[in-house]
Amino acid sequence: MTSDQARTLIAERFPGAQTAGDAPMAVTVPVDAWARFARFAKETLGCWFFSFLTAVDWKDEGLEVVAKIDNVDERLSLLVKARLGPGASACPSLSGVYRGAIWMERECYDMFGIRFEGHPDLRRILLGDDWEGYPLLKSYPMDAPHPPFR
Amino acid sequence: MAVKDAPRIVPVWRNFKDLQEWEALHQTRPEGDKHSDLFVSLTDGLHNFPGGFALTTVADAFLNWARKSSVWPVTFGLACCAIEMMATFASRFDVERLGMVPWASPRHSDLMIVSGTVTIKMAPMLERIYDQMPDPKWAVSMGSCANSGGPFRHGYHVVKGVDRVIPVDVYVPGCPPPPESLLNGLLLLQDQIAHFRRTGRRAEPNGKVD
Repeated sequence: MTSDQARTLIAERFPGAQTAGDAPMAVTVPVDAWARFARFAKETLGCWFFSFLTAVDWKDEGLEVVAKIDNVDERLSLLVKARLGPGASACPSLSGVYRGAIWMERECYDMFGIRFEGHPDLRRILLGDDWEGYPLLKSYPMDAPHPPFR
Repeated sequence: MAVKDAPRIVPVWRNFKDLQEWEALHQTRPEGDKHSDLFVSLTDGLHNFPGGFALTTVADAFLNWARKSSVWPVTFGLACCAIEMMATFASRFDVERLGMVPWASPRHSDLMIVSGTVTIKMAPMLERIYDQMPDPKWAVSMGSCANSGGPFRHGYHVVKGVDRVIPVDVYVPGCPPPPESLLNGLLLLQDQIAHFRRTGRRAEPNGKVD
């Protein structure tokens, strides 16, 4: 499947989605179509390989979730993005589509505080359970103290 | 009123200047308690007794010689500095000629070389290993990360200097310090140990190196 074919298919199924670029093709979808798009990409576009999932903090414009999914057989690579909106931290979970997303979403929750709805086990993964705050948010204070070691 | 129940005011630094000011006000660090008060008063009495100083100085010289000749470092590597520490332990630089045997148990060790980045998650374990070592014990902070946080100082996850967790005797600068630097630090530590007074009291800081 070439990226042109993929672009046509995406435009058919998801009129709200915007595509840009090539290799990887950036696809911006509305947040309510996030999980649906992932299932479509996996089943129709053949993007069975889940590379990573992370987020970007755009300060006043809110958080943006980014996932890279690949069709490694036919060299198609998608960078799927969704804006959560200002102040929002809820996002549908991809764990039903890709099992590899489970740890990635836990890390994303750990660092950005995004609540992935439908995640089976949303706990902190890297930081301690008693950690306060989400360190990769832009609002996290520099040199935040961590008692007893500050 | 118990101090523990008082509400803990936790400062939040928005910029680096505030952090530096706060640190300048909180320079004190807990010093390891080497001896009991009774022992200290006994040795003080002996030292101040006419002629008693001869006994205490000879005892000091002997005990300090014994201490500094068998400083066993616990093998405790945290990051890339541990590679340099291993090189120091190995045959080319060979700390065993200084009487140092790298030992894999904190309960038989006298020295902890904190070699590497101490993360906030690791700090309780480091403190626990240090607590397991018997007195008298010493600590060497090796490398920028252990000294001050190093390149990760403004990160969210690193303890900004291991002296916030345990008392440190010698700071070895470098990123990472080569084995020569660590050897120099260990020799400085031996020098410090040799200048303990009244059987276990720390010497005054040496202006040349401290």
